[in-house]
Amino acid sequence: MDDLLLDYLPILIFLGIAIAIAAIAVVGSMIVARQHPDGEKMSAYECGFDAFVDARNKFDVRFYLVAILFIIFDLEVAFLFPWAISLSNVGMLGFWSMMVFLGILTIGFVYEWRKGALEWE
Amino acid sequence: MVDFWFNYIWPVAWIVIKIVAIVIPVMLSVAYLTLAERKIIGGMQLRKGPNIVGPFGLLQPIADGLKLFLKETIIPSGASRGVFILAPCVTFVLALVAWSVIPFGDGMVLADINVGILFLFAISSLGVYGILMAGWASNSMYAFLGALRSAAQMVSYELAMGFIIITVLMCVGSLNLTDIVMAQKGEYGMLNWFGVLMFPMAVIFFISTLAETNRHPFDMPEAEAELVAGYNVEYSAMAFALFFLGEYANMILMSGMTSVLFLGGWLPPVDIAPFNMIPGPIWFAAKIAFCLFIFIWVRATFPRYRYDQLMRLGWKVFLPLSLAAVVIVASVLVAFDLAPQV
Repeated sequence: MDDLLLDYLPILIFLGIAIAIAAIAVVGSMIVARQHPDGEKMSAYECGFDAFVDARNKFDVRFYLVAILFIIFDLEVAFLFPWAISLSNVGMLGFWSMMVFLGILTIGFVYEWRKGALEWE
Repeated sequence: MVDFWFNYIWPVAWIVIKIVAIVIPVMLSVAYLTLAERKIIGGMQLRKGPNIVGPFGLLQPIADGLKLFLKETIIPSGASRGVFILAPCVTFVLALVAWSVIPFGDGMVLADINVGILFLFAISSLGVYGILMAGWASNSMYAFLGALRSAAQMVSYELAMGFIIITVLMCVGSLNLTDIVMAQKGEYGMLNWFGVLMFPMAVIFFISTLAETNRHPFDMPEAEAELVAGYNVEYSAMAFALFFLGEYANMILMSGMTSVLFLGGWLPPVDIAPFNMIPGPIWFAAKIAFCLFIFIWVRATFPRYRYDQLMRLGWKVFLPLSLAAVVIVASVLVAFDLAPQV
């Protein structure tokens, strides 16, 4: 097998063991403990009422906005990783290219800030 | 046959032994972290904390675990059964698997991969899935709102964490966790230029880990006054226990990450006689315990943030600060030609 892939073999085995522990815990508890399901117990918790509406309903659009902004900045972080560890090799051109890239993203960040995308009143 | 044994079975068995040697201490630390938390908060509030089960309450975590194991697993009738059961397993498995790349001592690491920090970052990002799955599958208003809040909060603070990790990587020049620790080995131990320069970043990173693990003062998803218990309100028995274990294992993992990135991992704080006699793993455990104590101390001391304050801190304070940190550190390294040669 490839040496590089061999480095990852312990992680794969670890993953298998962790899944096994989780499965044994959940299934074991289900088998050992006595199960007495009934209608009231199985209903969704809502402070004693029956649920008024289905929970999978409309929600605040700002959560969606946060997700979009997160994708932009997380991609930026992903771009920074290879640049950061080869800082001594990329030279002045590499350094200034990244600074320009960060500058453009900062302009976008300032714009969204001014637009109020980060406000949660 | 003998060949087959030595080439395939034995190496795999050895890996399994090493994994067990990691999993059991981690699970034990999780159990006793819950006890330590109750004891320390009890002490800070002039109470005794658990002291009935066993001497000094030392058997309390075992009793708690056994109780949860013997409880009925309730799956709400409106829930998606498969995803509902899968969600705590995902949280738990991810919190465990991340330990495979953490170096406990010089060469004491299960998988010494060359992109260790990237792997850790990826695994901790995946943690959002367990929570979102739980909130969606429960089909309960409280769980759903809690999961949304939790996910938004985790992704917000992950950005700051990502940028801070970049600043460390620029000073180290490697993604390997062992290299990151060794780069902090200066003449004066933790007091070398690395530790001093990185101190503000370490503070931002640590506060972000509080938010990332949904801990006080950022435990918005679990705000018991308004959301009862957030995403895990519908969970019971072992499914709940797995969430709990995963959350605490994540706390220990985040403390481990802080130790590796900023506190010099298994290295002694100062490299002189009484300190460098103590073996590395003990130093590493002591540093993790120190971080965990701060986790608990913060919980006992600070009031909870409001959600808008929390998002403002993440997006308007930590994100610009950590972005500025990246630019400043990069500029200093390039200007004075300090960037490590790779």
